Amino acid sequence: MNTIGQPLDRTDGVLKVTGRAQYAAEFPAAQLAHAVLVTSTIAHGRIASIDTTPADKMPGVLYVMTARNAPRLPNGGKPEVSPPAQRRLSLLQDDEVRYDNEPVAVVIADTLERATDAASTLRIAYESASAALDFTQAKQHGHAPASMIGGKADTERGNIEQGLRAGVVRIDAVYTTPMEHHNPMEPHAVMASWDGPRLTLYDTTQGVDNAKQAVAKFLGIAPDDVHIISPFVGGGFGCKGSVWSHVVLCAMAARQIGRPVRLALTRPQMFGPVGGRPRTEQHLVLAAREDGTLTGLRHDTFSTTSTFEDWTETSAVITRMLYEVPNLATSHRLVPLNVGTPTFMRAPGETTGSFALESALDELAVKLKIDPIELRLKNYAEIDPQEHKPWSSKQLRECYRVGAERFGWANRSPAPRSMRNGATLIGMGMATATYPAHRSEAAAFARILPDGTALVASGTQDLGTGTYTVMTQVAADALGFPLERVSFALGDSSLPHAPVSGGSQSVASVSPAVREACIAARQRLIAMACADTGSPLHGLSSADVTVADGWVASRADASRRDPAAAIIARNGGHPIEATVTAKRGEEAGRYAFHSFGAVFAEVHVDEAFGTIRVPRIVAVYDVGKLLNEKTGKSQLMGGIVWGLGAALEESSELDPRYGRFVNANLAEYHVPVNADIGEIDVSVLNIPDPRFNSLGARGIGEIGITGVPAAIANAVYHASGVRVRDLPITLDKVMQGANA
Amino acid sequence: MEAIAYERATNIADALRAVREPGAAFICGGTNLLDLMKGGIARPVKLVDITHLHDDGLNGVRALSDGGIRIGALMRNSDAANHALVRERYPLLTQALLAGASAQLRNMATVGGNLMQRTRCPYFYDTAFAACNKRTPGSGCAAQDGYQRMHAILGASDQCIAVNPSDMSVALAALDATVQIIGPDGARQIPIGEFHRLPGDRPDIDTTLRPGELITAVDLPPSRSAEHAYYLKIRDRASYAFALVSVAAALQLQGDTIQTVHIALGGVAHKPWRATVVESMLTGRALNDEMLSEAAAAQMRAAQPQKGNRFKVTLAERAIVRAVNVAAGRQPAGVTGATA
Repeated sequence: MNTIGQPLDRTDGVLKVTGRAQYAAEFPAAQLAHAVLVTSTIAHGRIASIDTTPADKMPGVLYVMTARNAPRLPNGGKPEVSPPAQRRLSLLQDDEVRYDNEPVAVVIADTLERATDAASTLRIAYESASAALDFTQAKQHGHAPASMIGGKADTERGNIEQGLRAGVVRIDAVYTTPMEHHNPMEPHAVMASWDGPRLTLYDTTQGVDNAKQAVAKFLGIAPDDVHIISPFVGGGFGCKGSVWSHVVLCAMAARQIGRPVRLALTRPQMFGPVGGRPRTEQHLVLAAREDGTLTGLRHDTFSTTSTFEDWTETSAVITRMLYEVPNLATSHRLVPLNVGTPTFMRAPGETTGSFALESALDELAVKLKIDPIELRLKNYAEIDPQEHKPWSSKQLRECYRVGAERFGWANRSPAPRSMRNGATLIGMGMATATYPAHRSEAAAFARILPDGTALVASGTQDLGTGTYTVMTQVAADALGFPLERVSFALGDSSLPHAPVSGGSQSVASVSPAVREACIAARQRLIAMACADTGSPLHGLSSADVTVADGWVASRADASRRDPAAAIIARNGGHPIEATVTAKRGEEAGRYAFHSFGAVFAEVHVDEAFGTIRVPRIVAVYDVGKLLNEKTGKSQLMGGIVWGLGAALEESSELDPRYGRFVNANLAEYHVPVNADIGEIDVSVLNIPDPRFNSLGARGIGEIGITGVPAAIANAVYHASGVRVRDLPITLDKVMQGANA
Repeated sequence: MEAIAYERATNIADALRAVREPGAAFICGGTNLLDLMKGGIARPVKLVDITHLHDDGLNGVRALSDGGIRIGALMRNSDAANHALVRERYPLLTQALLAGASAQLRNMATVGGNLMQRTRCPYFYDTAFAACNKRTPGSGCAAQDGYQRMHAILGASDQCIAVNPSDMSVALAALDATVQIIGPDGARQIPIGEFHRLPGDRPDIDTTLRPGELITAVDLPPSRSAEHAYYLKIRDRASYAFALVSVAAALQLQGDTIQTVHIALGGVAHKPWRATVVESMLTGRALNDEMLSEAAAAQMRAAQPQKGNRFKVTLAERAIVRAVNVAAGRQPAGVTGATA
């Protein structure tokens, strides 16, 4: 029975829809106390005083933790960390305020209501200092990051000046994208409980092991004394990829009062202290010959960061590999502002970068009067042009072809404003999607239990993506067990190490470990049967025996078979166990590993108002082998929906006078609602990438969002003749463009 | 903990007595008041729950002898929108109600509560912003130089540029509704146009309702515009978003000739804004594009946009044109985001 690839329902689906899946803020504890985080309301300065007297006297209040009385941490709460693996936190060790919404106090009481009420009575006096909040001004002093994910800050190949001169046509444009904040359905939450020197944290995290290491470092305790439990995560998208201040503060409070403490962030607290996507400004210059061949490409980016930590939105990194351009230069500069440190947000870099690059390519296609797909094929990169390595597997041509066919690209009339229905302008646009295929070392164990079921586990995470389900599939297939006899455990730092669930690497990294552990356990089971005089399989060579549907059976004669439980029972009744660590082999250095896709969007633009609807999106992806068609396509579709939101709606509105976001709630921070979403047609080529891992499966977490904003922006241009280079594309920008 | 007294009233007399205490407030659906209380903006010392009042007429819709209808103040927005008499005689109101909020909120919110909902200005809603004359009289107006996309272009003052967020009230304004009220001094009625206030120098006062008064019903006069009514709501996403600009238009046509026209604008002022200029320019005339555009432009000539929302003037002009055209059956709705 092969379950890989099948559109199976989630193994945890019933738990979730019946409310039995326990999330971090739902774990009970005896003597549980409730913490409320209090955050700053100025962007820069210091706390002159906090009057806690009323709060201290309120019934049920156990502890009001401020910089004045918080337990002192090693190194002043600022241990040596190397972001972004571990972040610089605000742990009430000093009176400095570095951004609005920064943690400044924690109020703990016996009920959430009492803690909330007491928190509202704190009287905080600030001494404000001048804050850096003006992007344009701060940009003048932008600096290059010392290091960043995905490569060097600056690159150049060929001769960029010559390359730009060699073209007959040039596009020179600036693209901008706004600050955004993650808003998973489940905001951050944690419960801390101490047992002597040992700390247990029920957290909502994308990396239990990472959390264990980070918390231990800030508290100055041994990592092995920290136990992270995170069985369910209600969406992560990058913001739960780091340990933020509230986690450590909760542990400090629990130790101080000697009781378990729960701390859940409010929705407005998602806007600042737990990361977000920085604002970007990207300058692109493209030069091409008459036939569309790119001769030079320059991509210079600015992105915002905080004043105390460098975090880079790596927008220009994909520009280095996506097209065959002989002369190319890219750069990244950081603009520090008095805001919380940004972080990974679904396809960090690729989302914003693909908007700029793929919009610019569309502008070039328009200028050259070349079909946008043809332009991309003209500059198709047969090998990674930056690393000069062959692709492990690249099927992008096929993505364009299949996508164009499914979408009906041939029905598009090329000229802008050439398709309409009354006052409704119709547009069609496309863009390339891409995301690197990451893989890290991961371990798993497989345990065949005396009752003939199997428990397979890895210290990975399920962010709602389907990790439980696909890992159960991988395990069941490798063991030769039916799905319902296999359970998978994750989200616990005591399990074998797995990497953070970020960078689309969980399936890519963990599934080989799960598979190999299961194969090893299965081999042991077979060997046990062959050596067992009581087994009908006794005397057969292991090679002649298989496991299917939970039975150990002769390959030659299926009637010679023995159930796993019986074999274990006759051999001492102990579980059969194997633990395996899987990592990349020597192939890692030889190939460039990337996923690709093509996104097509149809938009309807109201000629009078500039309002935009997207009735149809078609996307085709080359992501290797898809392990579960249902959860996989859902995840890709979720990325597309977010891409639509990024294109048309999403923006954290910073009031530059105060450094505070004016729409820090889900009524005014717009993400798509159901009524915004039309037909979404997702398909995957499903061509395995065996050079990447034994399952041929690359990750799919982020690629879905990439390319979507550009495909929509390009369609808006095609519909209306208005090129909006500043996300989100709101109606006023379309109206103004049309009037210009 | 700040104690809040709660009293469940069973009839109007009870409710009026219970709310007399200073700092007391009526509550029913709570879709706005509870939000305001959680945010520390409203701090009632006592809540008088009027959900269970038994008096006649507070729930349901009944036909009036003059051909109009009376909508009970406790009626849920979704029930009011879908009531047969409303759907049949006042489709404009149905459309406006269904364009508001989300299905979940409409199932809780009442007609009376909708009339009382407060602005969504972020500087009002977030107490971390110190300057808000509406929340704290005399503290200033942070919106004057702030984020202004959702703010007023008509009738604002230097004290306040907030807008009324209701969709329902815009339709009621166009339909010449009357708000029925009962208070310590007996019953009275307020025409809808006088119910909501402009901010002036008292932006903290949203309505002309007096302390201790209770809205009992909304009356609508007979309408001959049911065939030609359209509520156009332009917003930043297709559902669950406040209006940038909305237009309630109800026409009575004879052939091409406009016999009566009622138009009100939402999202542009501290109260629903009756488009009297358009109304007087169109009444009695044969509808044509040029005249309609002129009328819309004339209506918006008095607009005083903020730095951050100049686009709303043109948007409102074009919205008036579209709404009238759609109401008249001359044009389809287009990509307006009105997905009731």
